[in-house]
Amino acid sequence: MSAGTYAPKPGAAPLGRMVRAQALLEVRTQLRNGEQLLLSVIIPTLLLVLFSTVDVVDTGAGSRVDFLAPGILALAMLSTAFTGQAIATGFERRYGVLKRLGASPLPRWGLMTAKTCSVLLIEALQVLLLSVVALALGWSPHGNPATVLLLLLLGTAAFSGLGLLMAGTLKAEATLAGANLVFILLLVGGGVIVPLGKFPDAAQHVLQLLPISALSDGLRAVLQHGAGVPWGDLGVLAVWAVLGLGAAARFFRWE
Amino acid sequence: MEVAGLVKRYGNSTAVDGLDLTVERGAVTAFLGPNGAGKTTTIETCEGYRRPDAGTVRVLGLDPVAQGTQLRPRIGVMLQSGGIYPTARAEETLRHMARLHAHPLDVDALVERLGLGSCGRTPYRRLSGGQQQRLALALALVGRPELVFLDEPTAGLDPQARRATWDLVRDLRADGVTVLLCTHHMDEAEELSDAVAIVDGGKVIARGAPDELCKGGAENTLRFAGRPGLDLSSLLKALPAETAAVELSPGSYRLTGTVDPQLLATVTSWCAQNGVLPDRISVERRTLEDVFLELTGKELRS
Repeated sequence: MSAGTYAPKPGAAPLGRMVRAQALLEVRTQLRNGEQLLLSVIIPTLLLVLFSTVDVVDTGAGSRVDFLAPGILALAMLSTAFTGQAIATGFERRYGVLKRLGASPLPRWGLMTAKTCSVLLIEALQVLLLSVVALALGWSPHGNPATVLLLLLLGTAAFSGLGLLMAGTLKAEATLAGANLVFILLLVGGGVIVPLGKFPDAAQHVLQLLPISALSDGLRAVLQHGAGVPWGDLGVLAVWAVLGLGAAARFFRWE
Repeated sequence: MEVAGLVKRYGNSTAVDGLDLTVERGAVTAFLGPNGAGKTTTIETCEGYRRPDAGTVRVLGLDPVAQGTQLRPRIGVMLQSGGIYPTARAEETLRHMARLHAHPLDVDALVERLGLGSCGRTPYRRLSGGQQQRLALALALVGRPELVFLDEPTAGLDPQARRATWDLVRDLRADGVTVLLCTHHMDEAEELSDAVAIVDGGKVIARGAPDELCKGGAENTLRFAGRPGLDLSSLLKALPAETAAVELSPGSYRLTGTVDPQLLATVTSWCAQNGVLPDRISVERRTLEDVFLELTGKELRS
């Protein structure tokens, strides 16, 4: 490098370029992460194939895959928007990555926009993959795609809020353990594979209020039964989204 | 950059207690102090990470907190802790930071210049300590900032790598970049900086050019070794009045005073007259480290 190489010529890149670069970096990082792929791709696909073809759980009347596919889609949203985002952000905070980016031209809200875009992009890939697998297993989805999209987006907002709340307040190791534990618990108790009707009445009332239950129930109502807009489930998701994102905005610590 | 009367408290402890600091544009300013002196807190306040409890901070004429959006593209920051994800690839990280800027440096050339050419796809955690430091430094420079904050840029580097980093800082200065260098290494400050600010207990206790700081106050020293029991009185008669001479241990002599070429010539000709061949003779200047120890009474420890 010759004289004058370092002569100051500062300036931020256009905002759109910064957000795009950040979002694509996060997508690449997540897709290269083996543990994350296990949660977001391998486990949902495996569960879908396994429980659709083997009669282990009583999924009620109708085709098994028609019951399972909506639940697995809900699980896929959980794995990316909640578990993956919580763990990644928790460790970014711990390693000072968030702090370092805080001194870059990318503003904080730009960073959060990029994170949201990267989550949505990965989710789109998941939906595509799982839909293809489900269709191959004989899935026949019903309902209005716009309603499905609304459910998926609201579910993502609810999971993101909770994931970021965890990442921004707990230690990275606690987030890692907690986010995985919550994933397993919600997998079992959130109507993903096991119908909520299998649980005792008292437990059902509580479990119905979980965001994963609302999402899997809402998706199932539309995709399996061709229902209209599942307002109750959308309401539950909206409340979680407002509470989660609000608490995350209030309590998130960047360092 | 202007800092005036900066106060920053954490709970009951006061990290910075009325600190004043001026950094001239285009100069390299070294910020020296023992651990816990308030260096990092001050720098992080200038970078916009902390809100001052009292006092004013202006960086490139801007308030780092209220006008952070305007300020951040114009500064380059090298954190002590790196701030890089352990699995992030070296070159990808640098390219990403370049994309966040409007007119970044050529990444390939910067990689080459910093000797990171072999690290392209290597994850950060697998880089050597020196490579990690250089990557953090590259991240601070790639956006072509007007002002760079370097927090301990050569901590843990081998002597060769330190020299390479020093050369880079000199290049920055030559190209008109303002550098605030936070360091524990006195030789680094002496070697590189136009101005030094020594901080202790949250205040700047001395400032000036390294030469001025070394000159001030204490006298210089000349030592020589020869035959034990020399009569120094005849030597003292030939030297300026304020010079002192003592035989510290048998055969080991020390002169203190204004050590200049004339004094050295007088000493050697006196040795010749007395048939003494000094087997060691050395002129010692005060170093920045001596000044620092006098002022703070503490050793620098990283």
